[in-house]
Amino acid sequence: MRTLIFLLRKEFKQIFRDKAILAIIFVMPSVQLIVMPLAANYEVKKINLAVVDNDKSTYTQKLISQITSSGYFRLQSYNASYDQAYEAIKSDNADLILEIPQRFERNLVRENKEKIFIAVNAINGTKANLGGAYLSTIISNFNNDIRMKLTVGSRFSQAPTIEIVSSNWFNVHMNYRLFFVPGILALLVTLVGSFLTALNIVREKEVGTIEQINVTPIKKHYFILGKLIPFWVLANVIFTIGLLLGRLVYGIIPAGNIGLLYLFVGVYLLAALGFGLLISTFAETQQQAMLIMFFFMMVFILMGGLFTPIESMPQWAQIITKFNPVRYFIEVMRMVILKGSTLRDVASQFVAVIVFAVILNSWAILNYKKTN
Amino acid sequence: MQAIIVKNLTKTYDKGKIQAVDDVSFEVEKGELFGLIGPDGAGKTSIFRMLTTLLLPDKGEASVDGFDIVKDFKKIRNTVGYMPGKFSLYQDLTIEENLNFFATVFNTTVGENYSLIKDIYIQIEKFKKRRAGKLSGGMKQKLALCCALIHKPTTLFLDEPTTGVDPVSRKEFWDMLKRLKEQGITILVSTPYMDEANRCDRIALIQSGKILSIDTPAAIINSFSEKLYAIKANKMYQLLKALELFPKRRNSYAFGEFAHATFDQTIDKAELKRYLEMIGLSQIEIEVIEPTIEDVFIKLLNKHNHAE
Ligand SMILES: Nc1ncnc2c1ncn2[C@@H]1O[C@H](COP(=O)(O)OP(=O)(O)OP(=O)(O)O)[C@@H](O)[C@H]1O
Ligand SMILES: [Mg+2]
Repeated sequence: MRTLIFLLRKEFKQIFRDKAILAIIFVMPSVQLIVMPLAANYEVKKINLAVVDNDKSTYTQKLISQITSSGYFRLQSYNASYDQAYEAIKSDNADLILEIPQRFERNLVRENKEKIFIAVNAINGTKANLGGAYLSTIISNFNNDIRMKLTVGSRFSQAPTIEIVSSNWFNVHMNYRLFFVPGILALLVTLVGSFLTALNIVREKEVGTIEQINVTPIKKHYFILGKLIPFWVLANVIFTIGLLLGRLVYGIIPAGNIGLLYLFVGVYLLAALGFGLLISTFAETQQQAMLIMFFFMMVFILMGGLFTPIESMPQWAQIITKFNPVRYFIEVMRMVILKGSTLRDVASQFVAVIVFAVILNSWAILNYKKTN
Repeated sequence: MQAIIVKNLTKTYDKGKIQAVDDVSFEVEKGELFGLIGPDGAGKTSIFRMLTTLLLPDKGEASVDGFDIVKDFKKIRNTVGYMPGKFSLYQDLTIEENLNFFATVFNTTVGENYSLIKDIYIQIEKFKKRRAGKLSGGMKQKLALCCALIHKPTTLFLDEPTTGVDPVSRKEFWDMLKRLKEQGITILVSTPYMDEANRCDRIALIQSGKILSIDTPAAIINSFSEKLYAIKANKMYQLLKALELFPKRRNSYAFGEFAHATFDQTIDKAELKRYLEMIGLSQIEIEVIEPTIEDVFIKLLNKHNHAE
């Protein structure tokens, strides 16, 4: 125990002496959280909408006026047929087609159920995809019983029809930053947790200090704990800074329980640290560690649901995201912060992250034993 | 009693492709200053790493203070001090912090064993607030020695401690080792510098993972039975060529600004001089000299290579 405390003291001393690490810890999150959501402005205005109203009822009139009054859509054309609307997409005059079937009002009233089609122009993917998502939100707000069909099509390929069963859009104000900030924060915490741990351990290997440690009676698990605990603490500090910035700069106040967030982060970090530890058993130099990390970070970021919603990924990509711990973290962040989810709502994510933590750490320890 | 016993120790790398240590056996007495002398790649570091429990041998066994290097590795880690060839203390911690760190790790304090490191530590004490990464080579080496000594080890392993250190500091360093030895600490030291071999009680000459000879420096030098000539002329390259063609030559090689040579029988200096002048060399000096460890080493290598 005394040894562990001493190791921790030494570790913190070194961390606070390293200007680069301090910058990574305190400046990077601030800059990223303030600049990135502004730069990556996914908020889309003036989406050109082509409407094919086959019903022409008062009900559809009401729906369309609700859509246009949201401020996000501009009614580009009011078409008699789908083909006509498709022409508008072809000539890039429209981004989205909303097709309302015949007897829409009657079926909705009688059967309490009806389908409408949204076709998305995949050329300007982001705009149209987000537009599609916005549109489905508005429609489901308008009437929860309406089932929508979303067609993603381009001029060149006939894409499959996707059925949106429910909208995942809990960002009712359609402020993309609200959606983005928790995601970036999740990535930053991951980065610090795994990246810095791996680099720190590999540096001891590279410089040779680990050899000097290995000829002392220090127990391996103390050495490892001495490495993991500081970064666990630092990642929590970053997380706190991030939450504060989110509140001060973007006015994001978590709808759910903050304690639940910290509990999740605490567990999640075990997985992230385990990942860093695992990388450190494979890499001999900091450069190698960086390259391995870089590869995984790319996958984590692209397959984490931060930029591309997981629901709109192809099936195979959705399967990959299941093996990405960051995905669960981003999900939980959004659920708890935006939607106010409870422990029961995020139980499956908890389980996933615990499984990751156990597997990654056991693997790392096995590897560590083998090489020493 | 033997402090270190090494029996048929063997280590290969890359799945047996590189034979780093080849069936090495030797023993070091308690309180002895024992040197492993050999050029780059001889296998010195591999032997050190096996003895300090950092590396598992492929074959053979060894013990330090009676503890087996494989089975009792934990006990060995408590009792030995190791100073690797490459400086491997925390560069971002100060002298004082490094020393305190290693003392604590061994469950002791700097104060407790201060007497052991005092002579060395006072030389760097005025820089104690300086980070290790900013020290000169000689100071780093002194700090590393202090850290290796701070837990009062029974056996000290020093892997090329004087490589990259200036001649004055090198001499000081060997003086320090002598004082440590007087305190009863067994020291195994490696060096590529043959001139340092004389400072050891006994040495093992090692090359390509094999030990060529083990003895006291004096005995090793004595084993050089032939008469050794140091020859100098105006042109070194031609001189070496000429010596190679000299009928009675046994061995000849460059040695600093001289050529060293041995011959099958005692030769007449005048005869050799005439021969060299005939070839066109001038300013010729020929002297019979005492061999050095390096001469023995070269001779052993030659014999070794011929035997293969
Ligand atoms: N980890 C390793 N993997 C592969 N080969 C190695 C490894 N370590 C050492 N070797 C090789 O084993 C041989 C002996 O190396 P070792 O470091 O023990 O020699 P040394 O006498 O300490 O040399 P030096 O004076 O260069 O430090 C060398 O040929 C070296 O290239
Ligand atoms: Mg070496």
